[in-house]
Amino acid sequence: MANKVAIVGVAQNAGCESKDNYYDQAYQVTRELLDKTGLKKDDIGTFISASSDIFHGGISCANAYYWETTGAFLKNGSRQDGESLFALFYGAMRIMSGHYDTALVIALCKGSENPSNESCTLMYADPFYQRGVGLNETLAAALQMKLYMKKSRITAEQCAKVAVKNLGNALGNPYAHRRGRYSVEDVLKSELVADPLTELQVAPKSEGIVAMLLASEEKAKKITKKPVWIKGFGSSLDSYILGDRDLLNGQLRNAANRAYKMARITDPGKQIDLAEISEPYAFQELLWMEDLGLCSPGGGGKMIDSGKTEKNGALPINPSGGVLANNPYVSRGLQRAVEAVLQMRGEAGERQVEKRVKTALAHGTHGFAGQCHAVAVLGR
Amino acid sequence: MTKEYKTIKTELRLPYELAYGATWTRFFEGMQEKKIYGTKCPKCGKVLVPARSFCPKCFVDTDKWVEVSQEGKLTAWSYTNYRYFGQPVDPPFIGALIRLDGTDVDLLHLVGGIDLKNFDEVKRTIKNGMKVKAVWSDERKGHILDIRYFEPV
Repeated sequence: MANKVAIVGVAQNAGCESKDNYYDQAYQVTRELLDKTGLKKDDIGTFISASSDIFHGGISCANAYYWETTGAFLKNGSRQDGESLFALFYGAMRIMSGHYDTALVIALCKGSENPSNESCTLMYADPFYQRGVGLNETLAAALQMKLYMKKSRITAEQCAKVAVKNLGNALGNPYAHRRGRYSVEDVLKSELVADPLTELQVAPKSEGIVAMLLASEEKAKKITKKPVWIKGFGSSLDSYILGDRDLLNGQLRNAANRAYKMARITDPGKQIDLAEISEPYAFQELLWMEDLGLCSPGGGGKMIDSGKTEKNGALPINPSGGVLANNPYVSRGLQRAVEAVLQMRGEAGERQVEKRVKTALAHGTHGFAGQCHAVAVLGR
Repeated sequence: MTKEYKTIKTELRLPYELAYGATWTRFFEGMQEKKIYGTKCPKCGKVLVPARSFCPKCFVDTDKWVEVSQEGKLTAWSYTNYRYFGQPVDPPFIGALIRLDGTDVDLLHLVGGIDLKNFDEVKRTIKNGMKVKAVWSDERKGHILDIRYFEPV
């Protein structure tokens, strides 16, 4: 990257239902971030927010409602609708441009107040064709899971193991919405949602106001002793109409390769120490691991069986509990980056992994069966 | 949805009116006549269904209309058994990707024509790769559900 950009502070709220107002919650998280970094509102150069105000909020157009509560009013800022990791990319680019030395990036979603994710994501589909036959994120994922199990000979048990691992990891995460010790049998016997997906394999709808402060190299060194550097980022979007797509040969490989090229990653399975992956459906952690090159193509099932992806395994995946444990729809990608930062800084509390994390990956996804993917590589 | 703390219940109900455009007007008029139309890409030769004005991959205009088969093979299916706002029919129903004969993309639609109440029985009947055919509604409005569902052949 031309100019180095660091993440110098992070803050987030708990994913469970809160009786606080969205307006005040956004202020509280921003206030915490400013206090942690020792900056005042007027010190912030630029703001980028990510939200989906109509579908996942039911309020306001664009960023108007929370612009003042995040300290952004009167500033040169912008926003992203949809996957929140893009907001991190845009914030980084603004600093790389040389015009700003700090950027506040914030993603907002208060899932507890919203219709179900299945209802919201039905509205992502066009009213002519796909909405008419009921397409939503869960149906798309169920179809993708059937194809994946068949092609890669992934078993229902291997998919369920992802939920067992992640909901277990979430026991150490005070910000998680759903957590617990479950067995593979518990997961498979939980209520059928859209076959073969059962309730514990489908992410809940959670709250998540997630913020981070980015800074130029010079500024970062003044703010913190523990900067986390943005090494590379990439994204890719698939075509819109589900039936046109190859659901097992999606765009994550392209997104990852773009990020890896920027970060000079040539062997992701060896060079990446930890990954926070967005897996709104349990099996997707396995499929996305393959596409990210963290295991061999078709090797997702073996990978979960090996125990390598456990919290203290060789390559921990989602030690936070991932999206299965906390799914603030829009904020989930940026939350993966926040969790990766906490691990790299050794500030992840009970969910801190034993191994030293030098390079970490954060992934976000939006839309049907991974229509949109974003990948960030972070380093110390 | 009643909560222990003070909340306001609100709803967004806003009417929109969206143009079908020339290609989808013709496609949906075809549905009214019990015909399924696709268009063919002059570059890759793929038949796209529903009909498209251009090929998204090659990014060129499609140049030929084709009436496609009403039979095809089941690519993937899911037995959906929960309620959500705006769902097309009451649950349980089967959402499916279907590759109509002579086409090169999957059509997203429903599978029916069998007793859907018992999931174990459904699993015994419905299999990936099986042949299915369109069942038309008697009252057709130029809508995707003019095909009620696809049933096993």
